[in-house]
Amino acid sequence: MPTLNQYLVLSATLFAIGTAGVFIRRNLITILLSIEIMLNAVNLTFVAFGRALGAVDGQILVFFVITVAAAEAAVGLAIVIGLFRHSESLNPDSFASLKW
Amino acid sequence: MPPGITFGDFYNILPELVLTAGSLVVLIADVLLPRRSGGWLAWITLIVIGATLASLVPFRETRVEVANGLIAVDQFALFFKVVFLGAAALTVLMSVRYLEIEGASPGEYYFLILCATLGMMIMAGGIDLITIFIGLETMAVSFYILAGFIKPNQRSNEAAVKYFLLGAFSLGILLYGMSLMYGLSGTTNLRVMAMTFAGQESDPRLILAVMLVAAGVGFKIAAVPFHMWAPDVYEGAPTPITAFLSVGSTAASFAMLLRIFLEGLPSMKPEWRVLFEGLAIVTMTVGNLAALTQSNLKRMLAYSSIAHAGYVLIGVVAGTPRGVAAMLIYVLVYAFMQLGAFIVIVLMRRQDIVGDELKDFSGLHVRHPFAAFAMLMFMLSLGGIPPTAGFMGKFWLFGAAIDAGYVWLAVIGVLNSAISLYYYIRIVVFMYVKKETAGSEPTMSPALGIALAVAVIATIALGVYPRLLFELAEASARTLGAAAITTAIR
Repeated sequence: MPTLNQYLVLSATLFAIGTAGVFIRRNLITILLSIEIMLNAVNLTFVAFGRALGAVDGQILVFFVITVAAAEAAVGLAIVIGLFRHSESLNPDSFASLKW
Repeated sequence: MPPGITFGDFYNILPELVLTAGSLVVLIADVLLPRRSGGWLAWITLIVIGATLASLVPFRETRVEVANGLIAVDQFALFFKVVFLGAAALTVLMSVRYLEIEGASPGEYYFLILCATLGMMIMAGGIDLITIFIGLETMAVSFYILAGFIKPNQRSNEAAVKYFLLGAFSLGILLYGMSLMYGLSGTTNLRVMAMTFAGQESDPRLILAVMLVAAGVGFKIAAVPFHMWAPDVYEGAPTPITAFLSVGSTAASFAMLLRIFLEGLPSMKPEWRVLFEGLAIVTMTVGNLAALTQSNLKRMLAYSSIAHAGYVLIGVVAGTPRGVAAMLIYVLVYAFMQLGAFIVIVLMRRQDIVGDELKDFSGLHVRHPFAAFAMLMFMLSLGGIPPTAGFMGKFWLFGAAIDAGYVWLAVIGVLNSAISLYYYIRIVVFMYVKKETAGSEPTMSPALGIALAVAVIATIALGVYPRLLFELAEASARTLGAAAITTAIR
């Protein structure tokens, strides 16, 4: 059985990977995926703490996070498609009609 | 703790239920009513907002926790709910003509405005990480869609993408901080959490959690250095949405901030006080300096709203009931003056002219004296000049800072107000001194006229007669985790 600290290290690593992805990657879809990795790191933290504490609050919160992440992804992809129809590009650097 | 939710719980969240049902009515009415009936939908939306306001009346004196401590119904939440609903009503009033000009479908638009308002109301009442998170996302997802609502306009789309990416990113940071808070306390309820943390040695992991949550909230209130999205989103989004975003979303995020830090983490007060002190100073200064060079009015107001978030943060640093009361006052006063300024920008919108450049305002007082006078009042109020509400707001905020021993923070605030006067007065100079009238003819409609009149009257009346507002705000501030606040005062 992995200990709580091992779970926490894993989730911190995942969170760091996701955060790095948001800053490094230059494709809107990949940035979205990086944000999903961040949210999954959060889920892992909640579940690990919930198990270690013997309480269900953490698991319940994870259900909400998963649901909201799905809703957010749906809206986000729709917005990205809307922008793609204008510019035929997914590179955030190419959107310059507003000063970024 | 007894499980289950009773009938009384449902009664206590009556305003939220009314708003939810009302938003569905708007969505159905959009299908049933013939096309091109956006005006009717706007009036239905206003009736829903009015009904929600009316359903708040029985809860003037209520102070309870609903559903095993998921939501608090108290005067603090009530004050914010009135601000949100008022801001939503003014936003609807200024949207009618704007939507006609842009040719956007009004049904989902009004529905999403009501959804965002519902999210804000839950954020203001939430005293549990779960409810706060759900409220925040109900609001944020609605705003992502609203920011990109003018689909044929690429700038609107870009604004939506930028807001969405940074919003989702900040959500990840906020949630990670919340997960640490949960893990270290073993509860998601903020009040239970405060009791668990009371008297504990400060844990480095808890300090990390405080920083992560502060960063997540910092994104939402557009505090420097988390403000990069604000100018772009404010400029690209439809003008009424920009107005609602800058007033409603910011106010709700401040409510969330106060709930998390004053109710949940009073034991960490020395730590987060230092954090918000730095944020407040940087936010005020950077916001005001960046606003100096803007020629686009929406962009300038974006930077000015960043600066105002910095002023309000002074109240968090003070952290006393007086500081919280000052924040409540400022949030309400700011709602009227900021929305008012955006109403004038909507007035300038014509078929072919966006009307948000500074030069569009040159000689406005010849073309439309009332619009120019209203804008003059809003600019004076934003700058904090005496007969207006903005002065009273700043007066209480800086007073609370001095009261709590932060004299130099108040001094920096006053210096910043002086800087901000430069760019507010510049608009007044364009309207009253410049002779050429190159810009568009402002077009008034009944809805816009009502909205503008309400904003002007409130801006002046709250400046001339602030006593009632102050008493209300102070009573509301006292209900915010009263025990927690008094124990944390040194």
